[in-house]
Amino acid sequence: MLKIENLHVKLEEEGKQILKGVSLEVPAGQVHAIMGPNGSGKSTLSYVLAGRDGYEVTEGAASLGDFDLLDHEPEERAAAGLFLAFQYPVEIPGVGNMTFLRTAVNAQRKSRGEPEMNAAEFLKLVRETAKTLNIDAEMLKRPVNVGFSGGEKKRNEILQMAMLQPRMCILDETDSGLDVDAMKLVADGVNGLRAPDRSFLVITHYQRLLDHIRPDVVHIMADGRIVQSGGPELALEVEHNGYADILKSVA
Amino acid sequence: MAVTARKLEGAEALLAVWPAPVGEASWARSAREKAAARLMAMGAPVRRDEYWRFTDPTSLLVQPPKPAPVYDAIEKPPFGDVDRLRIVFVDGVYDPDQSDPLELAGVEIQTLAQVVGTDIHWARDLFGVLETRGQDPVDRPLAALNTARATEGIVINVTGQAARPVSFIYRHASETGEAMVRHLIRMAPGSDLTLLENGAAAARFNSVLEIEVADNASFHHVRTQGRAHDRRAATAIFARLGKESSFKSFTMTANGRLTRNECVIEFTGDDAHARVAGASIGEADFLHDDTVFITHDAVNCESRQVFKKVLRSGATGVFQGKILVKPGAQKTDGYQISQGLLLDDDSNFLAKPELEIYADDVACSHGSTCGAVDETSLFYLTSRGLPRAEAEGLLVLAFLDEAIQEIEDPVLADDMRERLGAWLARRGRL
Repeated sequence: MLKIENLHVKLEEEGKQILKGVSLEVPAGQVHAIMGPNGSGKSTLSYVLAGRDGYEVTEGAASLGDFDLLDHEPEERAAAGLFLAFQYPVEIPGVGNMTFLRTAVNAQRKSRGEPEMNAAEFLKLVRETAKTLNIDAEMLKRPVNVGFSGGEKKRNEILQMAMLQPRMCILDETDSGLDVDAMKLVADGVNGLRAPDRSFLVITHYQRLLDHIRPDVVHIMADGRIVQSGGPELALEVEHNGYADILKSVA
Repeated sequence: MAVTARKLEGAEALLAVWPAPVGEASWARSAREKAAARLMAMGAPVRRDEYWRFTDPTSLLVQPPKPAPVYDAIEKPPFGDVDRLRIVFVDGVYDPDQSDPLELAGVEIQTLAQVVGTDIHWARDLFGVLETRGQDPVDRPLAALNTARATEGIVINVTGQAARPVSFIYRHASETGEAMVRHLIRMAPGSDLTLLENGAAAARFNSVLEIEVADNASFHHVRTQGRAHDRRAATAIFARLGKESSFKSFTMTANGRLTRNECVIEFTGDDAHARVAGASIGEADFLHDDTVFITHDAVNCESRQVFKKVLRSGATGVFQGKILVKPGAQKTDGYQISQGLLLDDDSNFLAKPELEIYADDVACSHGSTCGAVDETSLFYLTSRGLPRAEAEGLLVLAFLDEAIQEIEDPVLADDMRERLGAWLARRGRL
């Protein structure tokens, strides 16, 4: 599904090298987690995959199936089935959440040559989906993320993910700022979307989220590289001993 | 300060272009003569004048006016679905054949020509009176010219609740026409009127509205200024507001080579509200100027100015807004925001917010910003699959919406949204 090969990335303005050869493969239907200390390049990796400006890929490749991610605009990557749940979802005053969702769904359908979803069909689907995430009608009417609590913003990300039905979902620290109940809700939303033809890359600092979203593989990232990969027990090890031991052992 | 020879000659030239009206009642004649004298005393506007520094008035003065090809709108005209009394002007001349009969429950409507020919008429207490008050401390020579010379226009006496909105439709027929229109509105205590205006009017348009809003009366005003790309317009609204009255005016401007909209509001009764708002969007040689002056001379009045301009490919936006709080105008709540959204590096937004406050118990705030479309928001939207142009269009509409929200009637507000959306869509931005 997602294949990252020897990815090198630097900041366009500062010229600072952030990713120094990341290689990673997430097969269809699997959940992979990336853990790592602050500044290891986890968020950069998610932004580069989604196509944010400001980064320069100096070496390497990233693809989604046959689709070359790095060669396309963010909206083309989205239409190809990539979704990034933001660590800090952006507030957009003046754009209604519902309008935004519908425009996004239809823009993707259009670019894939599929018919647009009509208003009634869309409304029914969004209401059903919102209900499972405990998102009320009021939140759907408000401008995108404006005045939303931290938990509401993250649930809104999962709602978008559920509506857009991507095949590759990247969750960038979706657990940050969430209390235990909110995390459970978000995890349930993600688990509900697990499917044989859909993969997840979950970026997190803490093992706790992984209690709820069980990963198949855990990767440890440090200083712009994946330094160790293993089963879910690797996350537990980090939880107990911190990153220091692992970093020492691979150094 | 003595008027320079150039300003004086300019004023003479303006008065020479437009013939002095003849055969009018003595009060009207007197108002005309005084206005001509005012204009001669202040002179024609020049770039060096404090309030014309950002907007060169030359093209509003030269003879003949530069031609403006007539724009044939293909989509439905503004306010299409609104049930209203239509009053049509063609190149600035009232056309009774295309207009509805001037009859409407709750209001009395006459043409300016009828009124200035009547010896005893209430309009004598309004015509040129508010314009004169609005000349201090800032000269408004084109409005003085209008008082001196305009013969076209509508006079409305609002006695109660107007049964329907009154709609002025300015059709533009001649590429080279110049139009001057003067409207007077007197609102009785407790009365209510919605006024709609749309259309380019002419290659060059000079329009003045004087409106007296008595105690507890409510005035709603929504206008769109016509999309003929090369049209030029200088408009002015002079309003005086009584106790607990309400005044709301919104203007949408898309295209136009030069538009100068002045709005002069005076609070004379306590507990009144005024909102002036504008959403404008244009490209290339588009210049749009909002010049607002609000005088608080009563207690506990609230004023809001909300102006948003979207500029691309070298367009220029100008905002000059002033709140003057006179001694004793306590509990004044004055708010002013002007924002420019520049879609490229070639466009300009020039803002001059001013507050002048002589009372100590007031809350006045102003803000002015100018910037590009937010890249983080763009990335968020495109990462959800919206093409960049569409995402930008959505953010442009969102930016303008704060001004549109000042319109009270949701149907009219949606009409404005739709028109701005269509403008962007025609440019592949939505």
